[in-house]
Amino acid sequence: MSTASAPAGVSVEVMAQREADIRVSDLRKTFKVPEREAGLRASMRSLVRRTHREVHAVAGVCFQIPAGEVVGFLGPNGAGKTTTLKMLSGLLFPTSGDVSVLGHVPWRRERDYLRRMTLVMGNRNQLQWDIPALDSFEMNRAIYRIPYPDFRATRDEIVELLEIGDLVRKPVRTLSLGERMKAEIAAAMLHRPQVLFLDEPTIGLDVTMQKRIRTFLGEYNRRYGATVLLTSHYMADVQALCKRVIVIDEGSILYDGSLRELSTRYAPHQTINVTLADPGHDLGGFGEILTAEDASDSSRVSLKVPKEQTSAVAARLLAAHDVTDLTIEDPPVEDVIEQVFSGPAPTSVGSRP
Amino acid sequence: MTTVREPRRRLQGLPGLYAVTMRTAVQVQFQYRTANYAYMIGMIAEPVIYLVVWSTVARSQGGAVEGITVGEFAAYYIVWTLVRNMNIVFTPYGWEGRIRQGQLSGMLVRPVHPIHYDLAYFAGWKFVVILLWLPIAAVLALIFRPTFDISPLEIGVFLIAIWGAYLIRSMLLWALGMVTFWTTRVSALYEIYFTAELLLSGRLLPLALLPAWAVTVADVLPFKYTFGYPIEVIAGDLSTRELFVGLGMQALWVALGALLVAVVWRFGVRRYSAVGN
Repeated sequence: MSTASAPAGVSVEVMAQREADIRVSDLRKTFKVPEREAGLRASMRSLVRRTHREVHAVAGVCFQIPAGEVVGFLGPNGAGKTTTLKMLSGLLFPTSGDVSVLGHVPWRRERDYLRRMTLVMGNRNQLQWDIPALDSFEMNRAIYRIPYPDFRATRDEIVELLEIGDLVRKPVRTLSLGERMKAEIAAAMLHRPQVLFLDEPTIGLDVTMQKRIRTFLGEYNRRYGATVLLTSHYMADVQALCKRVIVIDEGSILYDGSLRELSTRYAPHQTINVTLADPGHDLGGFGEILTAEDASDSSRVSLKVPKEQTSAVAARLLAAHDVTDLTIEDPPVEDVIEQVFSGPAPTSVGSRP
Repeated sequence: MTTVREPRRRLQGLPGLYAVTMRTAVQVQFQYRTANYAYMIGMIAEPVIYLVVWSTVARSQGGAVEGITVGEFAAYYIVWTLVRNMNIVFTPYGWEGRIRQGQLSGMLVRPVHPIHYDLAYFAGWKFVVILLWLPIAAVLALIFRPTFDISPLEIGVFLIAIWGAYLIRSMLLWALGMVTFWTTRVSALYEIYFTAELLLSGRLLPLALLPAWAVTVADVLPFKYTFGYPIEVIAGDLSTRELFVGLGMQALWVALGALLVAVVWRFGVRRYSAVGN
């Protein structure tokens, strides 16, 4: 990645020191989509003259991911996340740009590459519907030519980590969505891929299932040093797994850097929730009041305070009032991301690549 | 987890994949044995109608049509039922769902050509089909009294020819199905194929009953080698030379079909990878 095109938050020097598993340079994908107005007249007109519109699904994306890193790929629907993942996994040819994953050009789909990566799409099934997942695992063993002792060891390990020992013996069609997803993920990991592309791996699952999958992915990354690029609409996934996030919208990267830095840059405030022993105090002098509730014998107030002043304000509150409880919260990451999409960072220049 | 049964000997590479996939197909199809049976019995209606019509015609003409006796018609259409089952492959109609539902994407990121999966899966299914077919054939034989005159060579050639038929039809219908990469409105094209096949394969009637020019055309087209030829190996009266020429033609069509699949696949996947789904 050239320094000129490095998105904010990425230390080019740090990345250069580590070997990158994924290198993406000026990646673009433009789709030509047919377009016409509704109605019979437009339909007749389209018979003789078709109009097309060019959609720049990915418009010049650059990033590198060193071996073993877990990166969250965030953006609203239609931002270009899935299109990028499809190009990285070899399903789509780009319109232009260069990509190298594990030293391979993905869209050549060389067997050596396909044996070392996996693509999990949350809404797609690869398991055989009518038979137990264990039998589908056996097919994957043959497809990936996994030596049997390795296969058995990995399979048993994954089955244990995901806690699916009972599920894998039932026909897949009898499993719930979450159970099936766990089995799908297990099947996708049997060949111990070095690079994981995960597109919404927890979509539609309940909180417990999401957490189990998250824990599994974190553990897999820790044990095998796998490189992971993950898209998710659940910020809990991202917070649990990714130190680094890439935020993309309309095909361009808006932010690439640490999750913590994202929060600092785009949400320079914190919330102080304070409970006072007696009601009737005006805390307007400490910060912007978000909510204030008075009870007969207490008062609860939420204050929005600039991050760098949080400690000082908390100390002043404790000194000036009879405080029974005080907590400091970062804003929810969802709000931070929304802030990223709504415009350039308020406290920095050059957050766009 | 130690309760999973491990086969003692394991084939490696592509043969290993075929073995596992065929085993899987057998497992799946045995789960649906009632449905399979119902389907097979439904399928019997078609040859039984042909058989009844031709038997009636033969009887009205003194016992034979163009030299084919009532017993020979019965033999032809009973073998027909097995060959028809051998001929069931992944249909072109399946391609649309495969692309639209994203299964193809899953197949493309695996380090093996997807045709191996289809070939192996449907081949595995055949073993279930043959097993289920035996009692049906026995009942048909009791009712229609076929006349067979079979040599050991014919049995040997037949066992190869039914798999040749399977491979030719797999290749041709795979290539045809891949047209879906360019457009989903391809049913008209499929119908042309199926009509040509019905008339020129020996499915509707034994090829000997066609006019001479049609027989010549059928000889050089692939359809005959997926239907009429394997049937006649066992139910007809082919010379040794005809038996081997048939196998040679099957080999040629398998090779041409594989070439066609390779070419269409190359361009089709390029197109799929350009536009996605």
